[in-house]
Amino acid sequence: MKKSKNEKDAKKRYEKYVSGFTPSSRSVSNGIKAFAVGGALCTAAFLIQVFIQQSFGLENKEAGRIVTVGLIFTAQLLTGLGLYAPLAKFAGAGVIVPITGFANSMVATAMEFKSEGPVLGVGSKLFQLAGPVIVCGISVSVIIGLVYYVMGMFGLTLPWI
Amino acid sequence: MADNKLGRQTVTFKKFPQIYMAFSTAGKKEGQGPLKNWFDSVLEDDKIGQRTWEEAETKMLKDTVVGAVRKAEIDKHEIDVIFSGDLINQLMSSSYAVREMGIPFLGLYGACSTMSESLIMAGAFVNAGYSKYAAAAASSHFCTAERQFRMPLAHGNQKPPSAQLTVTGCGCALLRESEGAAGCCEGKPVYVTGGTIGKIVDKGINDTNMMGAAMAPAAVDTIETHFIETGRGPEYYDMIFTGDLGKIGKDIVKDMLGKKGFDMTKNYEDCGCMIYGEDQDAHSGGSGCGCSGSVLCGYIFKNMKSGDLKNVLVVSTGALLSTISTQQGESIPGIAHAVAISTEKERF
Repeated sequence: MKKSKNEKDAKKRYEKYVSGFTPSSRSVSNGIKAFAVGGALCTAAFLIQVFIQQSFGLENKEAGRIVTVGLIFTAQLLTGLGLYAPLAKFAGAGVIVPITGFANSMVATAMEFKSEGPVLGVGSKLFQLAGPVIVCGISVSVIIGLVYYVMGMFGLTLPWI
Repeated sequence: MADNKLGRQTVTFKKFPQIYMAFSTAGKKEGQGPLKNWFDSVLEDDKIGQRTWEEAETKMLKDTVVGAVRKAEIDKHEIDVIFSGDLINQLMSSSYAVREMGIPFLGLYGACSTMSESLIMAGAFVNAGYSKYAAAAASSHFCTAERQFRMPLAHGNQKPPSAQLTVTGCGCALLRESEGAAGCCEGKPVYVTGGTIGKIVDKGINDTNMMGAAMAPAAVDTIETHFIETGRGPEYYDMIFTGDLGKIGKDIVKDMLGKKGFDMTKNYEDCGCMIYGEDQDAHSGGSGCGCSGSVLCGYIFKNMKSGDLKNVLVVSTGALLSTISTQQGESIPGIAHAVAISTEKERF
């Protein structure tokens, strides 16, 4: 239903009133934790990548792929053991934003909807959380690709590509 | 006709249906909280050996009804009707719990307000003489609510301080007519003297992490209406309990009713604030039908039996949203029903 202007004003007034009773999220401490854990995770992943590269004489990209698979595997294993949710509660975006969050979202749904069967349960719900991320990611990449293409027609390039 | 009601929303029960027995069940976490000694049964683990979470909630509700029947030392076939509700789509837990019991069933959906809704309905049925025994029940389970309304359990995320935790718990009250029931059980007799049926109040809150703020205006409306229509004030009751407003909603109720001239600072509590301790990481507090259900049938009923509480007003609060309405951007409609419980046969 469309809301009238009066209703919208009343809604805003009530929201303002409620905000006086609501404690705000601890954005600063959450941010620091996310930065520390997320940063440590990425630094560790990079060091492992360099180690694999040098020990086995692999290409940069190949070593990168192995590390990615390792991160996904670790996140999935922790999810299965029930340790990922407490970790994410502490570290927040530090473990949700990297590929570990994506891995968690798929294993968590698979575990949750196992009770509705392998096809209509796990099969249909597996991408319940990850699906929107993929759709939005691809949509945005198409838009950026178009912008880049048009810029190229005018001889413009982005310095970092 | 007219002397069965006051004003537009308040009903009075002239025959004083009695809460003959009540039984409460709590989940593991709730059973470690401040009210742990008041529940009749605490689950050892929240899946209780079942295949799915829904089966676990169904079993919990069934065991609670059976528990109340056993404690009352009656046969379940003496119950003429059961009013029950839960949060799961199409009242799954209630329907499946009652399926094998052979008790005539009227399902109720009042979201988290279900306990006072079912109590008013059961009281009305007993008062009218339609039932000798009528059961009122409500249940909720953290794991079934979480997967229906929120995220998979193993999904990693952070919740804001205003979020609430769905209580794993369940309450069942057995009502019967008070005449001829004297000396039935130990302790004081506990009567349902009437109630005030709430209107839907929606102040436009969309955020499902702000349930307390969404429901508080409905609680304020119902409590105010109750006071106006009965002529009673907050001081009449030993305690006034709201269902599951949590810390934020509780503060809003105190403030809003205070501004209307009703002092709620002395004898007002919220079941959602009582059920978890500060160290239990429950954010703003508990929610769900089982919150006021288990607190009413445990803590409140037992305190009334012992005579520590004489006049109590229980205002279970519900958020009548659905998973579809949330996605379509609709705001959250709040509801609250007040039920007056007393150890004396006092008319409004």
